[in-house]
Amino acid sequence: MGKGMLKTLLGGVIAATAMLAAPAMAEEPLKIGFVYVGPVGDMGWTYQHDQGRKAIEKALGDKVKTTYVESVKEGADAERVIRQLAASGNKLIFTTSFGFMNPTLKVAKRFPNVKFEHATGYKRAKNVSTYAARFYEGRYVAGILAGRMTKSNVIGYIGSFPIPEVIRGINSFTLALRKVNPKAVVKVVWVNSWFDPGKEGDAAKALIDQGADVIMQHTDSPAPMQIAQERGVYAVGQASDMSRFGPDAQLTAILDVWDGYYVQRAKAVLDGTWKSEDTWGGLAAGMLALAPYNKAIPADVVAEAEAARKAIIAGTLHPFQGPIRDQSGKEVVPAGKTIPDGELLGMNWYVEGVQGEIPQ
Amino acid sequence: MLLKLEARGQRSRPMVYLTPVLAIVLTLIAGTIMFAMLGYPPMQALQAYFIEPISSAYGLSELLVKATPLALIGVGLAIGFRANVWNIGAEGQLTIGAIFAGGIALVFYEVDSPFILPLMIVAGLLGGMLWAAIPAYLRVRFNANEILTSLMLTYVAILILSYLVHGPWRDPDGLNFPESRIFSDSAVLPVLLEGTRLHLGAVFALLAVVAGWVFISRTLIGFQVRVIGLSPMAADYAGFSQKAVIWLTLLLSGALAGLAGMIEVSGPIGQLLPTISPGYGFTAIIVAFLGRLHPLGILIAALLMALTYLGGEVAQIDMNLPLAITGVFQGMILFFLLAVDVLINYRIRIDWPGNRPAGEGQ
Repeated sequence: MGKGMLKTLLGGVIAATAMLAAPAMAEEPLKIGFVYVGPVGDMGWTYQHDQGRKAIEKALGDKVKTTYVESVKEGADAERVIRQLAASGNKLIFTTSFGFMNPTLKVAKRFPNVKFEHATGYKRAKNVSTYAARFYEGRYVAGILAGRMTKSNVIGYIGSFPIPEVIRGINSFTLALRKVNPKAVVKVVWVNSWFDPGKEGDAAKALIDQGADVIMQHTDSPAPMQIAQERGVYAVGQASDMSRFGPDAQLTAILDVWDGYYVQRAKAVLDGTWKSEDTWGGLAAGMLALAPYNKAIPADVVAEAEAARKAIIAGTLHPFQGPIRDQSGKEVVPAGKTIPDGELLGMNWYVEGVQGEIPQ
Repeated sequence: MLLKLEARGQRSRPMVYLTPVLAIVLTLIAGTIMFAMLGYPPMQALQAYFIEPISSAYGLSELLVKATPLALIGVGLAIGFRANVWNIGAEGQLTIGAIFAGGIALVFYEVDSPFILPLMIVAGLLGGMLWAAIPAYLRVRFNANEILTSLMLTYVAILILSYLVHGPWRDPDGLNFPESRIFSDSAVLPVLLEGTRLHLGAVFALLAVVAGWVFISRTLIGFQVRVIGLSPMAADYAGFSQKAVIWLTLLLSGALAGLAGMIEVSGPIGQLLPTISPGYGFTAIIVAFLGRLHPLGILIAALLMALTYLGGEVAQIDMNLPLAITGVFQGMILFFLLAVDVLINYRIRIDWPGNRPAGEGQ
């Protein structure tokens, strides 16, 4: 048996080498590569990006061929993976984590004919676009639900890293929370990871033990939702609909919806209309959505949340419109003013109602 | 049929060289079966793993880039392991080395001087040594187990790095994202081959391999290290200081891990990030044993380990193999490489029923 197998093996290696040398076929589909920071099965951030990849395949069929590399570390490895994708013929490459920013730019310089799309970064080049979603809009709506549904007036918030994206979410949530319930406060626990079910679950338990009866998360695993379900408190899902992990617990979930954007960018490359640009879309652009509301939420609260959601879409409500006070109670944004995008992008202070300090 | 393991009585010389070959053959066979069962063309998968990543000059250069920190750390760890000093915290020493070296790069940001790189190298070595000195002191003074202390200190080191890049060392123009500035050119290791990422660090790794070999086999202190590892009592009798060897091996392995950290931030990364190593400090432990604690073996093991990572990526890109499968395959390679080692000291005897030697069982 061993001998036969060896023969097959040798034959195969020769055949494979010959295949490699065969000339490329004409009329090749557009190859699109994805670099993921987590596993596609994380049920959160990476899972939603992979849904976007599948949406491209579904919408464009034979015209495209997609591939991905998952769980790529944000260090020296990222550049190698991105370059490998570019070198193996992918003409459009999505790098879906902030930490891939500099590696993406380095590779982009070497492959001027390949288009790159980097999620959540701020550096662009002729062939590098950036895109992100205004998740804080969804968190604002979640803040209304939390403010109305909490009995203990303590909200637990599980943060990944104290970066502007996460701080912005905490603030937006807290502003809405305190608008409907001025007595409510937010306690934040940092887990220093985007995906660590163990730590996220522990953080949820600790927050519930401190009196929190609604759990918010800005991490990607469904562990906090499962803990909330077990302990009989509410929670808001992150990235994907996590209701199957907490059918009674999930008030709603803030869904990342990349499908539309991804299909549009792939089409742009096919049409030859792709240009480097910066996209920061919100509820109105359909880059995020809210999962169905929990049935336990009273109709008037649902109506209130829906009104806010529709007002944000219509542009009549901005989560960061004044008056906004910082933690010391000082009014930092007067009524009638709104924090501009430039400042939101670098936000590093808490609004009134958030407890504790941002780790420095 | 009955399989029996029989002690050979002495190490089989041919088997020392034959077992790696056997392991590779077994891996290929088992891999073929696994890929076929999962519905992936096995030949294409094996080709993606072992040939595709190194079929270009660029691919080879990437292999060296990936193997460099593994070899560097592995050589240091192996010297300690030979003396039964178990430094499990190379990841932490790497991190502190990177912080020290990165600190120099940031202090001298946009300063153009040929002294910055040498200074960073010294800082990296010292940083790693400092972090390894803590478990060394605790072991010598309080007999605290260095496996635990060095491992725990890894998490401390990673949190210190996290604090620095989220706080004081954050790029002032970086919109508060947790990254340092990108180092100026004077703080970046020169690239050896234009168009690749192959940097001077690879040469350091090679030097470490040679120096490690000379140290262990040609110096008196290296001899002491080996004797203490093989027979602590004999070493005691000979008057070798166990404390001195604990200090030496921990500081040495710490220094090399620190240098690896310096190389990573000054080479392929070029800035400080919240994570700078995908676990090189831990993988190097496997590399050290895979290389049988011999510097040359470690070099080969580091290259093989690096190849499995690169191959895993190519398999994902070219064939859409899921990451979990590539992980299983990596595990398979390591399993066979370590498992066949049993043949060095044992032989397999097969007893067929009815085929017993005369005179037995009558």
